[in-house]
Amino acid sequence: MINLKNSEQDINALEAVVVRFVGDSGDGMQLTGTQFSDTSAMFGNDVATFPNYPSEIRAPQGSLYGVSGFQVHIGSIEVSTPGDNVDLLVAMNPAGLKTNLYAVKPGHTIIVDSDSFTKKNLEKAEYDTNPLEDGSLENYRVIEVAMSSLTKEALKDLSGLDNKIITRSKNMFALGMVYWMYHRSPEHTIDFVNKKFKNNPLLIEANTRVLNAGYYYSETLELIPNSYTIAPARMPPGTYRVIMGNTATAWGFLAAAEKSGLELFLGSYPITPASDILHELVKHKHFGVKTLQAEDEIAGITSAIGASFAGNLAITTTSGPGLALKGEALGLAMMVELPLVIVDVQRGGPSTGLPTKTEQSDLLQAMYGRNGESPVIVIAASTPANCFDYAFQAAKLTLEHMTPVILLTDGYIANGSAPWKIQSVAELPEIRHRQVKEGGENWSPYHRDEATLARSWAVPGTPGLEHRVGGLEKDADTGNVSYVPENHEYMTHIRAEKIKRVQDFIPEVTPEFADEGDLLVIGWGGTYGALHTAVKQLNQEGFSNIGFAHFNYINPLPPNTGEVLKRFKTLIVCELNSGQFSKILKINFSGLTFLQYNKVQGLPFGNEELVQKFKHYLV
Amino acid sequence: METTVKKYTFRDFASDQEVRWCPGCDDYVILRSMQKALPEMGVNKEDVVFISGIGCSSRFPYYMDTYGMHGIHGRAPAIATGVKLANPGLSVWVITGDGDSMAIGGNHFIHVLRRNIDLNIILFNNKIYGLTKGQFSPTSSVGQKTKSSPYGNTQPPFLAGELAIGSQARFFARIAGNMPGEMTDTLIAAEKFNGTSLIEVLQNCVIFNDGCFTEFTDKTVREDRQLHVVHGEPMIFGKNRDKGLVLNGLKLEVVTIGEQGITEADILVHDACEQDPTLHQMLVRLSFPLVTGIIRSYADITLEEREDALTAKVKANSDFVKTDDLFFSGETYTVE
Repeated sequence: MINLKNSEQDINALEAVVVRFVGDSGDGMQLTGTQFSDTSAMFGNDVATFPNYPSEIRAPQGSLYGVSGFQVHIGSIEVSTPGDNVDLLVAMNPAGLKTNLYAVKPGHTIIVDSDSFTKKNLEKAEYDTNPLEDGSLENYRVIEVAMSSLTKEALKDLSGLDNKIITRSKNMFALGMVYWMYHRSPEHTIDFVNKKFKNNPLLIEANTRVLNAGYYYSETLELIPNSYTIAPARMPPGTYRVIMGNTATAWGFLAAAEKSGLELFLGSYPITPASDILHELVKHKHFGVKTLQAEDEIAGITSAIGASFAGNLAITTTSGPGLALKGEALGLAMMVELPLVIVDVQRGGPSTGLPTKTEQSDLLQAMYGRNGESPVIVIAASTPANCFDYAFQAAKLTLEHMTPVILLTDGYIANGSAPWKIQSVAELPEIRHRQVKEGGENWSPYHRDEATLARSWAVPGTPGLEHRVGGLEKDADTGNVSYVPENHEYMTHIRAEKIKRVQDFIPEVTPEFADEGDLLVIGWGGTYGALHTAVKQLNQEGFSNIGFAHFNYINPLPPNTGEVLKRFKTLIVCELNSGQFSKILKINFSGLTFLQYNKVQGLPFGNEELVQKFKHYLV
Repeated sequence: METTVKKYTFRDFASDQEVRWCPGCDDYVILRSMQKALPEMGVNKEDVVFISGIGCSSRFPYYMDTYGMHGIHGRAPAIATGVKLANPGLSVWVITGDGDSMAIGGNHFIHVLRRNIDLNIILFNNKIYGLTKGQFSPTSSVGQKTKSSPYGNTQPPFLAGELAIGSQARFFARIAGNMPGEMTDTLIAAEKFNGTSLIEVLQNCVIFNDGCFTEFTDKTVREDRQLHVVHGEPMIFGKNRDKGLVLNGLKLEVVTIGEQGITEADILVHDACEQDPTLHQMLVRLSFPLVTGIIRSYADITLEEREDALTAKVKANSDFVKTDDLFFSGETYTVE
């Protein structure tokens, strides 16, 4: 057991800290970052993380484009984003240092594995001179540690380890150092190592030794003059776990299936960054979850349509290019008025675009990317944890309104993780699906509920309700194929009205920080954390005339949207695209003027850029 | 549990919709054969589902008084896969054409056969695009003149059976569109087969490709030019039942019984259940005689059987019963 007392050195209390781990794709940086954030969350901190890895699986060692990183933001205060600039950079090689130095705040700390700063690695990182020697890092506090040698030393009397294993465990050395710096016990990671390598005692011993070696090395090292504490955050009471957005999405559907009493079916084709939802759901056969890894995106959605016709809660998951392929089938689902959730984990587009980067540029595709007039419900999650809520809500809406729902998330919240206050299924709202066992007199598949205009759902196997659905236009009364011009126009209106009526069943939008004022910051989807943080900062600086309205319901918009917008003098719509949500707002509220702040770099918003932009309208 | 199956006549399966195929189309024969076959299958009407793609054939579900979905072009096998996985107790039928299944839907066609899920697929092959009014299809002959190949088609055709068996089809039958009795029997056999069954119907299009199979299917020639294979019986054909197939090296050869010392004992006996598809593939490829009947019927484990077994195993080894068990498992922490 390690003594957590850091003696004889300065201890500074911090509100929040941002740490970034960078190294080669094979250096274990994702694991290191995850361990640090999990440990901090269990300590009681609020956390937000973001992985940043290349699309190459194993890029050449030491190369600039092969750098893999993981950023963790931990705080005793509310933490809504993984943070912009970092307080501590841990760089396992020169390429990691070179590509990430820009993010380190001047005067702050960089820990490097000095063993990796060889002539060869410096050349690969395109350094003319060694940055550890040429004075270029004089504005930072650089801690050089011969991590590779120290790792080797720690393992020297442990027989049976090859060089590869020894080299690969140096990330544990770095993690041990960081644990010491922030007063974190390595216990959680030791437990993790024991579980992960339960069949390999040698690896348990090796990883534990290196982790402890890093920890004790820091304790005795005068090079690290300070350690820091970040007190637990004041979070609402409850049981928590750290969850990734994609996992939360998958779990939201599990909860919805249980709540509705339906079996869950997922038809999907692997695509970055959505595949983790498939990976998660396929594990849960014990709940009766059915998954089909289909032959293509189209079979992913059409198999889900078939499963929905047969009575399952059916979903399909994809990312931008996959949504394009699913367009025709989505139109069919809308036409046959069956429940279906389509998850689009947005990434940088167009075409193959930036597959591992984030963007919000599929919004108009989700709204309009089908032939004919084919409105569907569009909603968006805004944090890793609330991916759970919106997946659940997408299932509820599709089952109660008998129309497809597109759930938009993005690479940023899907891969990011944050604490999630676990929601027991018993606490979740009821889901009343529309399956019928008997039709009653003159039953027709296209007869509608008065409030929602949803039709009933008679599934194969139900005697007496045999019927046919299909992509051809249907007679409003009988459900038979109809080419009657007036009927087609009527049905087109009905399908639009059906989506509009969803407004009666969704919450109002509530502005944060100010109910009225000079500037309303408007966002939607995965930018919540960044926008919220920026507006909060301005609010704390004394600007009481700035409000923030964030949208999770896009189609239809919350019923009070226009009324909220009119309470502010200036409206600025901030999006990671060229202005797609602002187009939707302009169509709906043509009398209002919408300013835009857009970024299309495959990157999330940074705090400073937003604060500067908003200040411009406040002074 | 044994459930009682209701008694039906063919009329129970006819919907109230007016059938709108061209007069004289073989599609009527298929529809009527299906309506006659269903009462013989031992399934309840509410458990029968027809899923189609797009094309003339794909209007079929509208004419059946069962559950049905008229889907989108080429995707019926994928829709049907979802239906069957969601409720394995259903009798699920895919209705498709040569364009629907082998052009736009080629990918789903090969993968549904590979997976061997218990579906029945009826492929209406008329070697032409009917609903789009007369363009060549993936089964049209080289040189065939159509609206989109006025000087003759330059694209070599697929043989449906060859593609299917190459995609690991376990059940493949080929039936002429003008033989309702055989068709009814084959549909019943397909339903009884546990796994994906593919029935290719050689279906005449009276408008855009009239007579496309006449050289084999016309009443006056069919006995001499079609070999209708039956499992366990020798491959004999001809009006006088005197022609048969033998294997000569790696090729099938037509011989006459009674000539050159050939007796019935020399003729190949059809084994539809053989796992090795080599001979089935040779029968499919034979240009004369045209082989019809159930060419391949190899019993194999289905996708849903594999899935069921796996699910049972995972369930047996899991402590999770409710989602809460998962949500509160592993690394959680409490904030007071």
